[in-house]
Amino acid sequence: MTWETVIGLETHVELATKTKIFCSCTTQFGGAPNTHCCPVCTGMPGALPVLNQQVVELAVKAGLALNCAITRSSRFDRKNYFYPDLPKAYQISQLYAPIARDGAVDIGEGKTIRIHEMHMEEDAGKLVHDPWLDQTRADYNRCGVPLIEIVTEPDFRSAEEVISYLEKLKETLQYLGVSDCKMQEGSLRCDVNLSVRPMGSQELGTRTEMKNLNSFKAISRAIQYEARRQIELIEEGKRVVQETRRWDENKDATYAMRSKENAQDYRYFPEPDIPPLELSEEYLERLRAQQPELAQAKRARYQADWGLPAYDTEMITSQKALADFFEAVVALGAAPKQAANWIMGEVLGALSAHGLEARDMALTPPTLARLIQLVMEGRLNRNTAVKVFEAVFETDGDVDEYVKAHGLEQVSDAGLVTQVVEQVLSANAKSVADYRAGKEKAFGFLVGQVMRALKGQASPAVVNRVLREKLQEHIEDPAIENSP
Amino acid sequence: MELYELSALELGKQIRAGVVTQDEAIAASAARIAAAQPDNNAFVTVADAPAPAAALDASPLAGVPMAYKDNICTRGVRTTCASKILGDFAPCYDATVAQRLSAAGAVSMGKLNMDEFAMGSTSETSFYGPVRNPWDLTRAPGGSSGGAAAAVAAGEVWYAIGSDTGGSIRQPAAYCGVTGMKPTYGTVSRYGLIAYASSLDQMGPIARSAADCAAVLDLIQGKDPRDGTSLDAPAGRLLSSLTGNVRGRKIGLPVDCFGEGLDSEVRAAVLAAADVLRAQGAVVEEFALPVMAYVVPAYYIIACAEASSNLSRFDGVKYGWRAEGYEDLGELYRKTRTEGFGAEVKRRILLGTFVLSSGYYDAYYKKALQVKAVIKGAFDEAFQRYDLLLTPVSPTTAPRLGESLSDPLKMYLSDIYTVSVNLAGLPGLSMPCGLDSNGLPIGAQLIGPALGDLAVLDAAHAYQQETDWHKRRPGGMSKGGDAQ
Amino acid sequence: MKITEELVDYVSELSRLKLPEGEKAAMAAELEQIVDYMDVLNGLDTADVEPLSHVFPVKNVLRADEVQPSCDRDALLSGAPASDGEAFLVPRAVE
Repeated sequence: MTWETVIGLETHVELATKTKIFCSCTTQFGGAPNTHCCPVCTGMPGALPVLNQQVVELAVKAGLALNCAITRSSRFDRKNYFYPDLPKAYQISQLYAPIARDGAVDIGEGKTIRIHEMHMEEDAGKLVHDPWLDQTRADYNRCGVPLIEIVTEPDFRSAEEVISYLEKLKETLQYLGVSDCKMQEGSLRCDVNLSVRPMGSQELGTRTEMKNLNSFKAISRAIQYEARRQIELIEEGKRVVQETRRWDENKDATYAMRSKENAQDYRYFPEPDIPPLELSEEYLERLRAQQPELAQAKRARYQADWGLPAYDTEMITSQKALADFFEAVVALGAAPKQAANWIMGEVLGALSAHGLEARDMALTPPTLARLIQLVMEGRLNRNTAVKVFEAVFETDGDVDEYVKAHGLEQVSDAGLVTQVVEQVLSANAKSVADYRAGKEKAFGFLVGQVMRALKGQASPAVVNRVLREKLQEHIEDPAIENSP
Repeated sequence: MELYELSALELGKQIRAGVVTQDEAIAASAARIAAAQPDNNAFVTVADAPAPAAALDASPLAGVPMAYKDNICTRGVRTTCASKILGDFAPCYDATVAQRLSAAGAVSMGKLNMDEFAMGSTSETSFYGPVRNPWDLTRAPGGSSGGAAAAVAAGEVWYAIGSDTGGSIRQPAAYCGVTGMKPTYGTVSRYGLIAYASSLDQMGPIARSAADCAAVLDLIQGKDPRDGTSLDAPAGRLLSSLTGNVRGRKIGLPVDCFGEGLDSEVRAAVLAAADVLRAQGAVVEEFALPVMAYVVPAYYIIACAEASSNLSRFDGVKYGWRAEGYEDLGELYRKTRTEGFGAEVKRRILLGTFVLSSGYYDAYYKKALQVKAVIKGAFDEAFQRYDLLLTPVSPTTAPRLGESLSDPLKMYLSDIYTVSVNLAGLPGLSMPCGLDSNGLPIGAQLIGPALGDLAVLDAAHAYQQETDWHKRRPGGMSKGGDAQ
Repeated sequence: MKITEELVDYVSELSRLKLPEGEKAAMAAELEQIVDYMDVLNGLDTADVEPLSHVFPVKNVLRADEVQPSCDRDALLSGAPASDGEAFLVPRAVE
């Protein structure tokens, strides 16, 4: 029998706010344990939550970009359960009136994933078991970091579709500035609901939920493993048990989590401490107007307006910061293709060498634009320019100063070049004769001699032009022909 | 005249005038606390060295000794909610109310005893032992702010800050012959009040007169950015706006509050208070308020549901008491909570968990929220016709110690006249209006429309201009010395 | 409705309370009495009534996204029944 895998995704995305969702503690990643905490986020008795307006704004922006209907009257609810990473023993979340519903994400090749709903909630703390103490340490720095949870319909049929969706989601949220989506820091986390059924069947099989998937690779492998496990169970005549399973990266397998799930009765009820949100049409209109151009639209525009090849547009729009950088360089006067070449070559190379993301680099658009300009104007040779780039990349150094300080400016002074050309021609009569005899190779040799005399800093274009002119004069001046 | 016989405003005036020094007032208070504490157990924690007011011109009450119910967070001062589970919890922050009062020159003499987590009507469920009624030490002072009412009645402090979720300021005020006010929900910040039922909790004063209550409310009302449910309403002008004139005021007497179950002496005293107001020019008439039949069940469902969630944070992890001898995390939770909470708290947590649990939510919790809407509607309608409502505070006068706890349902039913005010978010005030044949105080309740706090206080002020019930003292005190 | 000891057990476990065996029957009876009384509410037709959780129509109470200093860690940990000076300590809670 052939089997079909049916997958739904719950994705938690950390919002890019400065402060937590219900208090003014920083959301900065890391920090010594329990130093980004206050009475509100550690659940001290008597402390009360107050909603961060930026959380609402980012959630609405995400909802709009995922083609959701935004809930005009949205509310918070309490989800009650005991766990040491949740200091209030309830999570403030949204069940009855989430901020957005009924969205859709186009993942290419004619496939659309429906979004069931998207809600705002607070993150929990971090628990680390200390084997020496045989105690678990609870760090509440992450408690109250704002999240959106995006819940899809069970529309995926393969790991590839899941990855395409996540890439699209990540790209969109990064473009919106809603999240940095750094999986390694937990800013984007996925729970995968998976079931299998005989191909053609309309009924859903019993699903399992997989947690702790923190890379695309883990997601992909876990899906493959779990689908195979379920199919094997059924084929052996056994049944799939509805449970939560944890992916073990090292063992390349999922295993059932111990059953804190057995009494899953969260007793949701409306959060009495947070008044409802009533979003006006004007507010939504304003946010709609602020939506930035997303990657797909940028790619189309770069191709149409600037004739960039599809490959270039993919590379440049792979990170919003890179696309923004590119557009800024072009806006400063650089030719789009030149700018694209620099970005795809030198910039991406340097980022990768330094282990940086585009948004973290020091280099500013005016610096690269100036470098491109100097090359275009013939004042800097392309190879020298690369050296200058490497020198200024880390600190966004001053290109002109660097060039001046290191005497790198290309010699474009036709007078100086002419003088040198004449010396070279006098000293290389043999080559001049060869050239005249039609040996083009001799021209290359003469260029090389001129460049060497000018220590490589001459503009090749100027050298070429002057040399051709002078050789022409020599042809027309037999006096030289007769010289030794 | 002894100092304790002065009202808070009178004492404040004498301190400002230099007739009495602040130190004398503090010493007088300390002496009375030392004398009364063994009898009435009104305090959980008595301040060792009360901090005097920094500036005596800070407010009309600067330098006047007062105390806080022990569910209000006071920085560095043990705050127990009269529960074993909070242990020696000393908050790292001040409640907004405490912050505002200290800025106004209030002198805190300590923390007042109460029903554990404010759950009770007698102040007998305290882990620190029952409070006794200064009028008759074999009787309960009411609850849950029993320590607050007893301390004011016994002349230990000139006013106290209590909390009222279903009558917890008004009912003990009635039983102890003092004046207590629950202001409109949202006018006093709840930040720092250890929550029982967040949608119903509100802090307010217990004092010697309506004018004193107005003076205290002027200091504590007003928008607080740390409490999302706090209202942006004008504050600070109550005392200066009191006229003592009720001419033309329309006062409704809900007949449903004068029927079955009401003690005849209480009925007579409250109706006599209505006659006083009528004689002062108010228009008093009876009307039907049939929703009274539903207020107690709706209240207990909502209050217990919220409490079950609010009290989940007391788990022996972050603060307070932790049980010993646990094998694992689950046992740590169960042992700490089972041994740390008293019987009434556990009963309400179980009840609240039940009404929120899967399968019962709609039948109980959701139904109660619908009934709440009906109740609010009925009060809104009543206030279309009346400026104020007048009712008893409690069906009886103070019960004997131990009489109430044996029958929880009967105890819940005795809250019938007070809980609707919390459900509808309204201001309600309890004022002494007589003594029964046992010499125990009787209270009358004035209820106003939302934000009608001034109308409520002004009518009580008018009544207190005409009568002296509020000046009556427990037997053996009025003639006695300071230390009696 | 009948409140069984099983229901008391279920609700107790959700609340992380563990009543001694001897107290369960009494608690079940008390809860039953209270819950039966609550059925009074069924006398009121609320079919068309919106549940009211926030009593006043306050809405959109929002705070600016501006960082304020966090608390002193020692103060936060000072009341913890078990801590190592950096974190709250609990029995093994990580799978």
